[in-house]
Amino acid sequence: MGSSTVAVRRPSDIGADIRRPDGVPKVQGAFVYSSDLSAEGMLFAKTLRSPHPHARIVSVDVAGALAVPGVRAVLTASDVPGSPTFGLEHRDQPVFAGDVVRYQGEPVAAVAADDPATAVAAAAAIDVTYEVLEPVVDPEAALVGPALHPDGNVFRHLAIRHGTTDACGEVVVEGIYEVGMQDQAFMGPESGLAVPADDGGVRLHIATQWLHVDRDQIAACLGLPPELVHLTLAGVGGAFGGREDVSLQIHLCLLALRTGRPVKMVYSRDESFLGHVHRHPARMWYRHHATRAGDLVKVEARVLLDGGAYASSSGAVVANAACFAPGPYRVPNAVIDGYAVRTHNPPCGAMRGFGAVQVCFAHEAQMDKLAVALGMDPVELRLRNALRTGDRLVTGQVITGTAPVAEVIRAAVAHPLPPSLSDKLPMMARPGGAGMTADVADLRRGLGLAVGFKNICFSEGFDDSVAARLRLELGASGSPVATVHVATAEVGQGFVTLVEQIASEELGLVDVVLADADTGVGSAGSTSASRQTWMSGGAVKQVCEQARGVLVERAAGLWGCTAAGLVWSDGEVVREATAQRMDLAEILAGGPVEERCVHRHRQTTPLDADGQGDAHLSFMFVAHRAVVDVDPGLGLVRVVQVATGQDVGRALNPLQVTGQIEGGIAQGVGLAVMEEIVLDGGQVRNPSFTDYLIPTALDSPDVAITLIEEPEPGAPYGAKGVGEPPAISSGPAVLAAIRDATGLELPRAPVRPDDIALRA
Amino acid sequence: MSVAWPTRLDEAVDAAAATPGATLLAGGTDLAVEVNAGRRRPVAVVALRRVRELGEVQITPAEVVLGAGMTFSAIAAELAAAVPALAAAARTVGSPQIRNAGTVGGNIATASPAGDTLPVLAALDASVELSSTAGTRTVPLRELITGVKCTAIRPGEVLVRVRVPPARGAQQFLKVGTRNAMVIALASAALVVDEERRTVACGLGSVGPVPVRPVEAEAFIAGEIDWGRLTVPEAAVARFAELVAGAARPITDHRATAEYRRHAVAVLAGRALRRSIDVISA
Ligand SMILES: Cc1cc2nc3c(=O)[nH]c(=O)nc-3n(C[C@H](O)[C@H](O)[C@H](O)COP(=O)(O)OP(=O)(O)OC[C@H]3O[C@@H](n4cnc5c(N)ncnc54)[C@H](O)[C@@H]3O)c2cc1C
Repeated sequence: MGSSTVAVRRPSDIGADIRRPDGVPKVQGAFVYSSDLSAEGMLFAKTLRSPHPHARIVSVDVAGALAVPGVRAVLTASDVPGSPTFGLEHRDQPVFAGDVVRYQGEPVAAVAADDPATAVAAAAAIDVTYEVLEPVVDPEAALVGPALHPDGNVFRHLAIRHGTTDACGEVVVEGIYEVGMQDQAFMGPESGLAVPADDGGVRLHIATQWLHVDRDQIAACLGLPPELVHLTLAGVGGAFGGREDVSLQIHLCLLALRTGRPVKMVYSRDESFLGHVHRHPARMWYRHHATRAGDLVKVEARVLLDGGAYASSSGAVVANAACFAPGPYRVPNAVIDGYAVRTHNPPCGAMRGFGAVQVCFAHEAQMDKLAVALGMDPVELRLRNALRTGDRLVTGQVITGTAPVAEVIRAAVAHPLPPSLSDKLPMMARPGGAGMTADVADLRRGLGLAVGFKNICFSEGFDDSVAARLRLELGASGSPVATVHVATAEVGQGFVTLVEQIASEELGLVDVVLADADTGVGSAGSTSASRQTWMSGGAVKQVCEQARGVLVERAAGLWGCTAAGLVWSDGEVVREATAQRMDLAEILAGGPVEERCVHRHRQTTPLDADGQGDAHLSFMFVAHRAVVDVDPGLGLVRVVQVATGQDVGRALNPLQVTGQIEGGIAQGVGLAVMEEIVLDGGQVRNPSFTDYLIPTALDSPDVAITLIEEPEPGAPYGAKGVGEPPAISSGPAVLAAIRDATGLELPRAPVRPDDIALRA
Repeated sequence: MSVAWPTRLDEAVDAAAATPGATLLAGGTDLAVEVNAGRRRPVAVVALRRVRELGEVQITPAEVVLGAGMTFSAIAAELAAAVPALAAAARTVGSPQIRNAGTVGGNIATASPAGDTLPVLAALDASVELSSTAGTRTVPLRELITGVKCTAIRPGEVLVRVRVPPARGAQQFLKVGTRNAMVIALASAALVVDEERRTVACGLGSVGPVPVRPVEAEAFIAGEIDWGRLTVPEAAVARFAELVAGAARPITDHRATAEYRRHAVAVLAGRALRRSIDVISA
């Protein structure tokens, strides 16, 4: 038997590859999702939705539904005791449509019944008389047309005026681009369980991204003080932004309070497609000015986002679209107008990349056009203009943190290319895949590069905070246990492993227990904006540091000395003068230690009338190089490889980072070549996984990753967020590669087979 | 809801007759979707999976007889040599789970314009055997499938067997979807070359309410092929594809435009021909 030495390293250290504790249970089907919840005597709920994108409600007659045996409650707009509307930024969305419906799928009523089938039958028995009205589905028309809502049609217009606005370049390129409506397509449909509480309030178990913002909206609509509405996070089956908005939360709580019984609701797949916000479709006009040498002089852009029927987070999304419209380049002068407008299309809101994705399709297509106009290598052009620390953004903000833009570009293009096209390429790995449509002679290979960036955490002066509690005590076996309580929603991003890593890093050998995320502790903000490693990770780090201070004080007391000569070293308190050591277990023998903190990041500022201000905390940069095989005859694409360089600050759990990158790239590839909510007069034509296609294993490229680790000043452990960047420039890189292969302009994502085959 | 689990064919036929309106269940990959969507509510189900005869296949030099209950996985594995186009079509269906459950009988009975075995069966001039308590009848596939999701199967009839000729030359099946796997065909083409009879048959899927046979294209290309050498002139391939496009009757829907489907099916047919017959430039 041989033996080998391994470096002594705790398995949970910062920087180690750590598997998710819920990984295997999820694969085995043992993980409890929100849709698996049950309670004694629970009822089942069903929502009745408008089939029309725009209609006046003439009457709603619930008598038929109430007559169905087993029905316990039927609620409509008049049954909402508190605020009739809710919303993330503006409360403009009715809990139930009262007099008018503004999108297909808008809730009109909800039913609770003894079993799901009865609930469905009862919902169908509600008699709603609609006066069908013409929907306004063109955002350009909505921008100038009559108001579709008392709050008007423009959710936000953000104008950025930077530098000399009438500056001109020697070389000018212009283009119009479009991005379709992408869906988050999470696997676990919306679901939750509401249980009435003895105190007159309600307890809601829910899959969500931000417990507290749900709670506040629910409480307002229920007409209850927030303390009486208690939320606990239930198992989340994916989110990607689609769970930031309230869907069934308020309906469930209303039904539980009305019936006095636990009520469960699980959306069907088609309902899920109608029941959550999507990524904003975008129409973008761009004009880039550059010197003949290839230095950017000015970017002009007009970005129009279709926000759909209600505000959701449109205001923040369009701010991102405008702020990041030029891409991660030095742009001394800019004239940018971002608009998010109301239409009768489905509401749009948060999705991974949050406004930075749409504009990336445009600014990267522009950079390629500019490279052609200049006769310059597109990599060279990007490197020449790449942002660096100390550069000024078009918002006037100076980048004080790390900005390894050139590094991510160089890393992406440095990866070896996949083997060139040959008969050895298996049929299944060609465009058309299992359909066996392509012979190698039918194919052309293309290469494309795209670079993107985005903010981490909330922006524009938002008071972004996370509350954390820590209890340190001796467990049953006599060894120290750290119980961490935060309201952070684990939606797949991997906070579950980080908590353990951070607590171990800060406190040494402890068993770490992550208490259920609930509203019993202060807000943790949303699991979005790639912010939870920074914010919740930072809160856990901070509360552990506070606890260490208490432990040192306590050790001083036990030794009968002052804390001055004591230091914390490797999980123990060390008395420097005598070299005496006291470990955690000894200190905790005297009783538990409890600490709490509220963690905040550096304050940002709002944007002024010219879109100027230090609105963002920090930035993540990323580059993707895509290699595609295209079958121009059939218009089919297979993305062969995506190579990436990603600025992560520091990878706290590289395994998890890899997972985020691979998943995000799949989502980007999806947007580039297949994912789109198809709308026809405001009607969703493909609310199913039969017709809303997302990449399968055969559509997912090989991924080659280089992490650029330049610790970010001010970030816990120097770590930036990693969740969104993979979804930002991967799609634009694929589009660039398809253009390279076909010579077509392809101004719209996703690229459909028609766009290639009927034009090639 | 009552469920019968016959194990013999005669029991299945009896069970189908016993309850008027009984729903036959094979792999359930269409039926369960319909039930989940609330479009069908069976009151009585006759589950066919345990009927051994329905899963059997006989391969003779004269004929290949498939049990209606053969799954796509079984077809892909067992008919790769005897009926390559059918095996190829079976391989393109859904995912491994769907191929393990879904059956050729279910594919035919559903009669979706996008049913992947249908253009192959059409090109093969397949016939189908239907049994009921009234007896057994054999119906050509082209008479069986009467429209979008419409068949001439009568209540109480069980689709028992599918009869096709064994391969007597090259066979192809190509399918286009917007995704590289697990996708509904936007267009598909099957090509069956019969070197003995010196014919070319072509079946087109997803470009009409029922599988399309571009008979003019078939006759044209059979006349262009040098059957001794098995070659065809380049120019004839293009004309063949054009005639195929002309025979297609596609619609525009949220999946694709009619224009694209027509274009794609011609490209597929041309490629299928190139894979089967040597193309010479002269
Ligand atoms: C995720 C998914 C992917 C799919 N992908 C494809 C695809 O790529 N290509 C494709 O062609 N199809 C696809 N399908 C559809 C389906 O798998 C096929 O149509 C399949 O052949 C149906 O067969 P089944 O045995 O499951 O039929 P079932 O669902 O059991 O039955 C379907 C219908 O046929 C009737 N029936 C079944 N057997 C008989 C019989 N012996 N006699 C008389 N009537 C009978 C039933 O009563 C029912 O009306 C897919 C389905 C799903 C869910």
